[in-house]
Amino acid sequence: MALLEVKGLQKNFGETRVLADITFSMERGEALSIIGSSGSGKTTLLRCLNFLETPDAGQILVGGETLFDGADTKRPSDSEIRRKRLHFGLVFQAFHLFPQYTALENVTLAPMLAAGEQKELTAEKKAAIRAEGEALLAKMGLSDRRDNYPHQLSGGQCQRVAIARALAMKPDILCFDEPTSALDPELTGEVLRVIRELAEQETTMIIVTHEMAFARDVADTCIFMEGGVIVEQGPAKEVIDHPREERTKQFVSRIQA
Amino acid sequence: MFLTVTASLLEGFVTTVRLFVLTLVFALPLGLIISFGSMSRFRVIRLPIRFLIWVVRGTPLLLQLLIIYYGPGIIFHNNVWGSNDGGRFTAALVAFAVNYACYFSEIYRGGIQSIPVGQQEAGQVLGMTKSQIFFRVILLQVIKRIVPPMSNEIITLVKDTSLARVIAVYEIIWSGQAFIKSAGIVWPLFYTGVFYLLFSGLLTMLFSHIEKKLDYFR
Repeated sequence: MALLEVKGLQKNFGETRVLADITFSMERGEALSIIGSSGSGKTTLLRCLNFLETPDAGQILVGGETLFDGADTKRPSDSEIRRKRLHFGLVFQAFHLFPQYTALENVTLAPMLAAGEQKELTAEKKAAIRAEGEALLAKMGLSDRRDNYPHQLSGGQCQRVAIARALAMKPDILCFDEPTSALDPELTGEVLRVIRELAEQETTMIIVTHEMAFARDVADTCIFMEGGVIVEQGPAKEVIDHPREERTKQFVSRIQA
Repeated sequence: MFLTVTASLLEGFVTTVRLFVLTLVFALPLGLIISFGSMSRFRVIRLPIRFLIWVVRGTPLLLQLLIIYYGPGIIFHNNVWGSNDGGRFTAALVAFAVNYACYFSEIYRGGIQSIPVGQQEAGQVLGMTKSQIFFRVILLQVIKRIVPPMSNEIITLVKDTSLARVIAVYEIIWSGQAFIKSAGIVWPLFYTGVFYLLFSGLLTMLFSHIEKKLDYFR
């Protein structure tokens, strides 16, 4: 059974249709890349999955559980939304690290607060969360940076902390919104390397990116979006190297030129 | 004579400091509530709050003191404040707290709205509650940004407390002025300036200390 199913998702901003009838599914352990020009609705799609935007219609299911159904007229409560969005993690283009916390504190803050809410924040639990945060930073190659504040880190390091922070909540599906677009070219490599490692470890991921080679090599499947619709989807290598649709061909050749 | 004057001025100064401290105690949190009201999604909350802020910031504090103290007596024929020293002090405190809360609320609002929405969203996608996001993520960043304008406003409050003498709150200027009538000397009035300078100097040091403390992040 598919881990994530998105059916007929629609989103309008006023009169503008940003997403029109988005339907796709993905399996556990799959890495999905989403390509397309700016304004094609890629970011809005990720924001809908993370409940930062409410779709106007359609359904979102994770592991068979309906998280969102546009036909439901009842507004879910804040705590329901919080529980639902924990199926997803989101890594932003501009990192959005918390500036007043160290790299390690950025990673452990949300797990600590969640444990505190369950009245489970014992000394052992704290130590466990801390150890887990340190392990995540080590995985990102940032062990020596754990006590640094975001302003003391490079963009690539910040983005890697942000990835560790998202992983700390153990999401089923980790979403990346153009994770390297805010970085200097020489820093994109270190972030892409980390995402590639996550893909090798079968992390379920949706990656919105402009890096064509990366979208092809790291992702299993690829979606090309334009004007709020999915123009083409399939195995990443086919969509990018041998696109069937005319619009995909134009986009891929323009980007790779 | 100098010692007598100093002792008498100190007595007035205690009232000044009391008014200052209590105004802050009430105005700092009240300002936060007003700033939330002024940012509310609901017009029925937002518009009256904006109106209040406009009225309070648009009229002299001196006038507000007079209206709050004499108003109830004139309008309802009922002087709710009583006519003793404590009543006048309370009336002054209410006027100062409301006035300063409105000024603070605008500083808070500016500070809160200057925090990138990404901070809020980063907290949300990590499953934090609204209050966790506000208190654990947003608040300290807001405080860092508002320390300079707040220190300005708070130092203004030190001197504004002297307006309370218009409804006969015996603060330090009142004490100084009393010597003109009783002893025919003017210098105690000028001497009060030293107290203000020392006090605002102390506050300036405190605020630059806080600014330095918050310098560890950007």
